[in-house]
Amino acid sequence: MRELLLREALNEALHEEMDADPRVFLLGEDILDPWGGTFRVTEGLSTRFGTERVRETPIPEAAIVGCALGAALLGMRPVAEIMLLDFTAMAMDQIVNQAAKLRYMTGGQASVPIVIRTAGGAGRASAAQHSQSLEAWFTHVPGLKVVMPSTPYDAKGLLKAAIRDPDPVIFIEHKMTYGVRGPVPEGDYTVPLGVADVKRPGTDITVIATSRQVLRALEAAERVAREDGYDVEVVDPRTLYPLDTRTILASIKKTHRAVVVHEAPKRGGWGGELLSTIVEGAFDYLDAPIVRVAAPNTPIPFAPEMERYIVPDVAEIVAGIRQVMA
Amino acid sequence: MPAQQEVIQVAAATEPGAAGEQPVVSQYAAPVPAGERERLLWMYRTMLRIREFDERIVQLFGEGKIAGALHSYVGEEAVATGVCAHLRPDDYVVSTHRGHGHLLAKGGEMRRMMAELYGRVDGYCRGKGGSMHITAVELGMLGANGIVGAGVPIATGAGTAIHLKGTDQVVVCFFGDGAVNIGPFHEGLNLAATWNLPVTFVCENNLYAQFTPQRLHAKLPDLYLRAQGYGIPGLVVDGNDVLAVADVVQEAVARSRSGGGPTFIEAKTYRWHGHAVNNPASAVGRDEREIADWKAKDPIPRLAHHLLERGIATALELDSIRDEVLQEVEASIAFAEASPSAPPEAALEHVYAHLPPRADL
Ligand SMILES: Cc1ncc(C[n+]2csc(CCOP(=O)(O)OP(=O)(O)O)c2C)c(N)n1
Ligand SMILES: [Mg+2]
Repeated sequence: MRELLLREALNEALHEEMDADPRVFLLGEDILDPWGGTFRVTEGLSTRFGTERVRETPIPEAAIVGCALGAALLGMRPVAEIMLLDFTAMAMDQIVNQAAKLRYMTGGQASVPIVIRTAGGAGRASAAQHSQSLEAWFTHVPGLKVVMPSTPYDAKGLLKAAIRDPDPVIFIEHKMTYGVRGPVPEGDYTVPLGVADVKRPGTDITVIATSRQVLRALEAAERVAREDGYDVEVVDPRTLYPLDTRTILASIKKTHRAVVVHEAPKRGGWGGELLSTIVEGAFDYLDAPIVRVAAPNTPIPFAPEMERYIVPDVAEIVAGIRQVMA
Repeated sequence: MPAQQEVIQVAAATEPGAAGEQPVVSQYAAPVPAGERERLLWMYRTMLRIREFDERIVQLFGEGKIAGALHSYVGEEAVATGVCAHLRPDDYVVSTHRGHGHLLAKGGEMRRMMAELYGRVDGYCRGKGGSMHITAVELGMLGANGIVGAGVPIATGAGTAIHLKGTDQVVVCFFGDGAVNIGPFHEGLNLAATWNLPVTFVCENNLYAQFTPQRLHAKLPDLYLRAQGYGIPGLVVDGNDVLAVADVVQEAVARSRSGGGPTFIEAKTYRWHGHAVNNPASAVGRDEREIADWKAKDPIPRLAHHLLERGIATALELDSIRDEVLQEVEASIAFAEASPSAPPEAALEHVYAHLPPRADL
């Protein structure tokens, strides 16, 4: 099958959805050609569809989201780009108090089918305000859906599903995965929101990882297979909400052991919620305590050595697996 | 993918409850009439509907019949009414926490708003929103809002949608003097100006934000001057003169319809009551003289005077409008009280439009 970079897969999804549906339009900062977005995800789109449907905004994160929301109320399907996940802090009212709640507060009158694309994660020595993994902020808010793709295939299919979804979707891309290459079929397909993917089947232990950490979990699985003979199952929830608990619990009922991995700080992280879900749904099946592999509870430091220390790596996931298997 | 306009779901909101045998739209919740005399009488009736509704709900709150935060629009009726006098049914308004007047002026049914304040199923939001989130999407009333200034970016989004669809609809964004000092106000105004969107920004300057006088919040008392900073026309109008409001808005809206972009209008007005009914502190510290001076500028007798003076209406006609409005208020209370409460489990509905079968709420 043809291979694309994750960035190209997203770009193709945007091209296809804009082609198929005149209600879809984009807005965000620096998204026009020749720049095509900070991570070049929107490259070519303003040239192809014009600057009416690919709308360059000033730097008002609250207004980017509010504008998307207002247009959605009139039946449009906006895709808003917030350059970095950290900057959603500027738009929290519009996301949390407005977009997430309008359907509810209006008793079902209002629909807010918006997608907020944004880039999270560390790895570029961008320090504490440009590197965070804030997904737990959004999974905590009823009314939002939260998507974190890890592969080019998923990125394209999930973005298309998110654009067609009737609810507000926070679509969090990891900035270190834009250059990941992988198979992407030509043409239209979607990856439904709320369906997890078993990225590697196994029988001894389940590793549930999100976003970039899925790729590291897969490496860790190969390493412990080689070095310890463990057969690891890696599950990628793909959407943190709606969450496919059935696939996750089925895996744990099979393996009886689990490690939860994410890049966000451990305290208050989404992994804690997942762990509770596992305990509620599969406690009797567990043969060992669950281990969380996550960042320590600090901001992200600048210096690459310190940054690498903070972000969970393959060795830490391997250690987590060994701890549970011991 | 469907290319045609998505129909925003409204069916659910009009499903009748127990009181639903009556016709869906009440007599007075109707588009602004076309003739000049009819329009003037519509303004008179609309201001009275707002006044009597908001006075009556204060009593109902006192009697413990309705709960929550209720923000009275009494004294400011000329703004919503003058603004909506030149809007079409397919135009949009974006409202504030003080939204009852905006809804009624946009053609809202008093009884469905009353039912909402009672938290009943026949309310516009099925009891999920209450006063602070009163919304009627089918009337183009895109929502009151509990967050100061939040409507400004939302209005630019409605304007963007209109722009992309290429229609000649317009949006009016209401906000208070308190909203002009919050970030998203600036973000939204600049965006609307930069994109030349069909949005008229109407600042209801009632001199207070919650309890505090405007002079403690901003150096510049004339808020319309801020429009210059965005490169759009800024106008000021006597917000207690419904005809003056209607005139400036007509001009602004006409400019927007023909592609001329946004306008900022500051309507100088005054709210007679405290910030919210459940907020006794809000009545503290206001000057009695100030209140009396503004009551002397009551917009409703002012219009009545104009109508009588010019022979547009007789005292008898105005009296009968008042009687009808009072009847409408009482009928809306009866409607609300006859409407059932939603089952508590209805609290679990309307969080999402769609969830996959495997997901739990
Ligand atoms: C962001 C935010 N901050 C504070 C409040 C609390 N609050 C509600 S209304 C209000 C004053 C608003 O004043 P203004 O905009 O002048 O409107 P008015 O009530 O006078 O109509 C405040 C501070 C809020 N709802 N939202
Ligand atoms: Mg005020």
